[in-house]
Amino acid sequence: MTDTTILEINNISVVYSDVIQVLKGVSLVVKRKSITSLIGSNGAGKTTTLKAISGLLKPENGRVTDGTISYDGAAIQNHAPEVITRKGIIQVLEGRQPFKYLTVEENLIVGTAVRWREPYKKDLEMVYNYFPAIVRRRKMLAGYCSGGELQMIVMGRALMAHPALLLLDEPSLGLAPMVVREIFEIIKKINAEQGTSIVLVEQNANMALQISDYGYVMENGKVVMEGAARNLVENPDIKEFYLGMGASGVLKSYDDVKSYRRRKRWL
Amino acid sequence: MNFFLQLFINGISIGFLYGLSAMGFVMIFKSSSVLNFAHGELLALGAFFFLAMLTWVKLPVVVAFLATLAACFILGFIIERFFLRPLIGEPLIYVIMLTVGLASMFKGIMLLFWGGNLQTYPDFLPAFLGIEWHVINIPPVYTAALIIGIMFLILFGLFFKYSSQGIFMRSVADNQKAALSLGVHVQRVFALSWAIAALVAGMSGIVLGIINGINVHDLSAIGLKVFPVVILGGLDSIGGAIIGGLIIGLLETFTGGYISPSLSDVVPYVILVIILMVKPYGLFGLAEIERV
Ligand SMILES: Nc1ncnc2c1ncn2[C@@H]1O[C@H](COP(=O)(O)OP(=O)(O)OP(=O)(O)O)[C@@H](O)[C@H]1O
Ligand SMILES: [Mg+2]
Repeated sequence: MTDTTILEINNISVVYSDVIQVLKGVSLVVKRKSITSLIGSNGAGKTTTLKAISGLLKPENGRVTDGTISYDGAAIQNHAPEVITRKGIIQVLEGRQPFKYLTVEENLIVGTAVRWREPYKKDLEMVYNYFPAIVRRRKMLAGYCSGGELQMIVMGRALMAHPALLLLDEPSLGLAPMVVREIFEIIKKINAEQGTSIVLVEQNANMALQISDYGYVMENGKVVMEGAARNLVENPDIKEFYLGMGASGVLKSYDDVKSYRRRKRWL
Repeated sequence: MNFFLQLFINGISIGFLYGLSAMGFVMIFKSSSVLNFAHGELLALGAFFFLAMLTWVKLPVVVAFLATLAACFILGFIIERFFLRPLIGEPLIYVIMLTVGLASMFKGIMLLFWGGNLQTYPDFLPAFLGIEWHVINIPPVYTAALIIGIMFLILFGLFFKYSSQGIFMRSVADNQKAALSLGVHVQRVFALSWAIAALVAGMSGIVLGIINGINVHDLSAIGLKVFPVVILGGLDSIGGAIIGGLIIGLLETFTGGYISPSLSDVVPYVILVIILMVKPYGLFGLAEIERV
């Protein structure tokens, strides 16, 4: 591992409840200050990969049974989330998950849990600068915010923790195209200005690859393809399966595309 | 009318105590989904510890009171650390059964040290706390209960609303997974809930001990009143616990005053059943925000 690498996953297997094997030898590398995309169809194991990194497998009775995850040169697989978050890795969960009965600002304050007792006024300001849309919602219960606002709240609250590595799980899920664009622009901006390394899991492969440096494609618990993001966008297979385009490069008719639109499963 | 006013004030004082100890119960439930069946014993433990501080150690009243609160707080931590934490990941029913076991254990310890007879505190409340006005005659202890109750309420209100720890505690109650993802020490939040719950229960135990005398069985039974209180208030609402406590306290004193003292323990439960038949989630159960 060189010091341009912040995270290196080496051939990990993940098993839930001791019997359900979901990841079967996944390896990937995240360069410092880069954006790395992870794409693939439903159930491919993208979320599981993120949880393996952040330690959140544990409360779901999952475990890394094989392989290593090293972060800044130290092994972190199967460590507790309390420990991993304090090393600077924060995961933004799939499906947003705000604290519904807390105000927007209180949601942001929970993000300071990893460095409790330090002042955070400046950080609130920083977050409101990235997400001006939520400033006027500050005192409102998060449960009443719109989907786009919620995405900003959960990303903002992760930023409050000063993460060195931010894991974003499907930030565009269920948002209107305009809002999706806005969110992706902000992700790019955070990466550039804060120097945060980002792993981006997305169904919206095209948008994700546009802002990424590198990309991985997962299928069935394995990485099946990887490459520089601009190469992946041009790859005929990726175009066919993930960008909703025929190999020729033109967008297929709506009916064809529809089969790739996601249907949400709850596990 | 004067009699009414007197009962009203007594009822509010007692109701605050019920409400506060129910608040502790609700806190544990909200953060960790555990129903604490040892809540009544925590109340009694507080009352007896205070008695020991006063009569055995012979501490001044204020010091004894603060020492009791500190001891209860620490006891709460210990319970979580040594009894509940090893059961993490086990089915919830085991954890709840554990609290039933703890209840018997605590009861046994108290019977061992103090026996089952009724004991009383030495008289220490200053007379000026009492209110005598026309035929209204409010004993000092009710005024004291009211003052302490309101103080605690404000203190905890501020703690939960404004302190970071308070906000972390609410975040765990709200969405545990999200709290974990942000590095909140969920375990520490559980421990803190138990500590605060034990502290408030101990405080209520002391004041109820002053009012009714100190007896293991009576105080533990009073502790069980958290059930009607929280069910009335809605299991998941801290504000509801306080209001539920006030309602039960008032019902009890009015029944005792106007109908018959022997009915005062029964009527609240009867009304409780009626309310539950109409509103199964309690009067103040959180309306689920369904927008997300
Ligand atoms: N807690 C769990 N216990 C058992 N199996 C699980 C658990 N979580 C996920 N799985 C299974 O692991 C597989 C991969 O799930 P994962 O959530 O990682 O996929 P994903 O790539 O994120 O999919 P999606 O795009 O739908 O979010 C699925 O088959 C899923 O059913
Ligand atoms: Mg997923």
